Amino acid sequence: MAKAFDLKDDSVVVVVGSGAGGGTLSNELAQRGIDVVCLEAGPRLDITNIVNDNGTMFSRLSWLDKRIGTGDLNAALPLWVCKTVGGTTVHWAGASLRFQEHEFRARTVYGNIPGANLLDWPITLQELEPFYARAEDKLGVTGTHNIPRLPGNNNFKVMAAGAKRVGYTQVHTGNMAINAESRDGRPACQQIGFCMSGCAIGAKWSTLYTEIPKAESTGHFEIRPDSMVVKINHDASGKVTGVVYADKSGTLQEQKARVVCVAGNSVETPRLLLNSESSKFPNGLANSSGQVGRNYMRHMTGTVYAIMPGRVNFDRGTQMAGIIKDESRHDPSRGFAGGYEMETLPGFGLAGVASNTIAGAWGPGYAKVIEMYDHFAGMWLVGEDLPQSGNGVMLHATEKDKHGMPVPVVHFKDHANDIAMRNHAYKAGTAVYQSLGATQVFELPPFPSTHNMGTCRQSEKAQDGVCNKYGQAHDVANLLISDGSQFTTGGAENPTLTIVALAIRQAEYLANQLSKKEM
Amino acid sequence: MKANAPNRREFLCSTGFVAAGLATSGSVIFAPDYSWALSTTAIDAHTAQTLLLMARQLFPHDRLGDQYYAAVVDAVDKQAASDAALRKLLADGVARLDGARGIRWVELSNGARSAVLKTVEAGEFFSTMRTATINNLYGNPLVCRFFGFEGSSVEHGGYINRGFDDIGWLPNS
Repeated sequence: MAKAFDLKDDSVVVVVGSGAGGGTLSNELAQRGIDVVCLEAGPRLDITNIVNDNGTMFSRLSWLDKRIGTGDLNAALPLWVCKTVGGTTVHWAGASLRFQEHEFRARTVYGNIPGANLLDWPITLQELEPFYARAEDKLGVTGTHNIPRLPGNNNFKVMAAGAKRVGYTQVHTGNMAINAESRDGRPACQQIGFCMSGCAIGAKWSTLYTEIPKAESTGHFEIRPDSMVVKINHDASGKVTGVVYADKSGTLQEQKARVVCVAGNSVETPRLLLNSESSKFPNGLANSSGQVGRNYMRHMTGTVYAIMPGRVNFDRGTQMAGIIKDESRHDPSRGFAGGYEMETLPGFGLAGVASNTIAGAWGPGYAKVIEMYDHFAGMWLVGEDLPQSGNGVMLHATEKDKHGMPVPVVHFKDHANDIAMRNHAYKAGTAVYQSLGATQVFELPPFPSTHNMGTCRQSEKAQDGVCNKYGQAHDVANLLISDGSQFTTGGAENPTLTIVALAIRQAEYLANQLSKKEM
Repeated sequence: MKANAPNRREFLCSTGFVAAGLATSGSVIFAPDYSWALSTTAIDAHTAQTLLLMARQLFPHDRLGDQYYAAVVDAVDKQAASDAALRKLLADGVARLDGARGIRWVELSNGARSAVLKTVEAGEFFSTMRTATINNLYGNPLVCRFFGFEGSSVEHGGYINRGFDDIGWLPNS
């Protein structure tokens, strides 16, 4: 039964955010009998609110509170995440890949790259493997644990045929948190398309209809939608004591807590810590290192679209069930550190293709391109970008949101390594389609919707980062970072599986600490 | 956009948008064959005609009738009804197009119209109209289907039994 906790109940663990990190952590704690209040800034939708319309769902799911982008980012929409129960797991494509061994040791393996703020993770792949296994089982990841893979759609078949021609060998329909067969109360994928507008039948894992209701059924969990946390409070000893949040009416409330776990995605998590400054923590909470808000990573991304000799209908079917993994290795002979994945990506409708294929284009030639929509094939290129100290999140000096919280300013500039990798990836993607006689190929720059990592990174030493290998803040024992913000580096892989694995591991650690009264 | 029967007092023109001298002080435009009509409230007929032609000039598809482009103007007009800044942007933009060659932009040749548009493409008027055209032309479900974006599929059971993997032209090796 869903439960309601009192605002003054200081025995609860407060989790800020209900996505891959917060939603998973909440359920893992509740399953262990620990009382959890999860505060989610967005509303709670029902699965019947998910429709096959890109524009409608963009309005329904998006975090549209003002953010300012600088550097290489769109000024008005620097990045795109969700503000809804389930967070960005409502939107995500479902790609669930483990990091590679060397990606946890990027500083050691890649060396001292000028301009990069590289650091090894304080955790190894070996330590995380059991939690990856549990995460894959939880999400029902295809191609793991004898879970069958999804069938390939037309867009995948084009990519696979081209991959074969250019000599790639690691090609399949991916490791997807989308059921090929019904499993764990979720149905099999019906090849609807629109995965990233939310799965209308729930074949894709989202905390909205998995972790959240499962947590509620324990009797140890309350989700409070429309609750925007603006500040974390602490006592004289420096331990956190609760959070201040604006409820649906905008009224500020305080929820007491014995532990606070922050999982607001890589902009809101550091924004909340920075806004929780006090005389004791003048640079923001948990920020003695000065690393809160720094090292924002969003992956090297790019898209290749191609007009093929025959019809593809690339919108049909699972959007990202297709991958070429050959380029994900670290191979400095290519002229950059780290690697990238090539994953199928459709067009998001005629308007999406018209907006994005060539930015700003118009006229008869471009109209002819759009008329070839059903001949388009597409792939997304996603690889490791390097953490840079200057890329990150700051609070605007004067501009505030409706709750009086400073507007976040997000700054990002590509590192030369990111650009070298992107150029290599464009060529590789283009070669795949040209091998099949593509008549035109387009290289699209990064979209606002990508992955967000870093800004509160894990580190062995307190001076190098914000939290330890369990996501526990170096400076504040009962404060944890529970989302992709804790990533030390980004790897080449879509981050959600790693966020979930870390959340499962964190829940085990936290439960253990609480039972030993060490927190 | 309303597909009303023509009202004679509002009757403006029966020769379509390629004809010169369409502008009047009215605010209703009819298709040459009366198959559709566009009535505006915030923008005048000349502005409406100019924007309609501009939408087609930006993304010209011979196979699409003017009614699909009129829907762009309809959407812009509805937005302009409560947005004075947009009304001014549109009026100033049209005035600039009209002033470029000494005769009204809609009366120019196709090539001259494009050349004039090229001179304003960095401005806000142009980008506003380009975005509005993309959203309201390519966002139209009929236009989407016409060019092969099939739209919502969940109500049809997705594509699991409707061709998600029906590609037939790929080589075997």
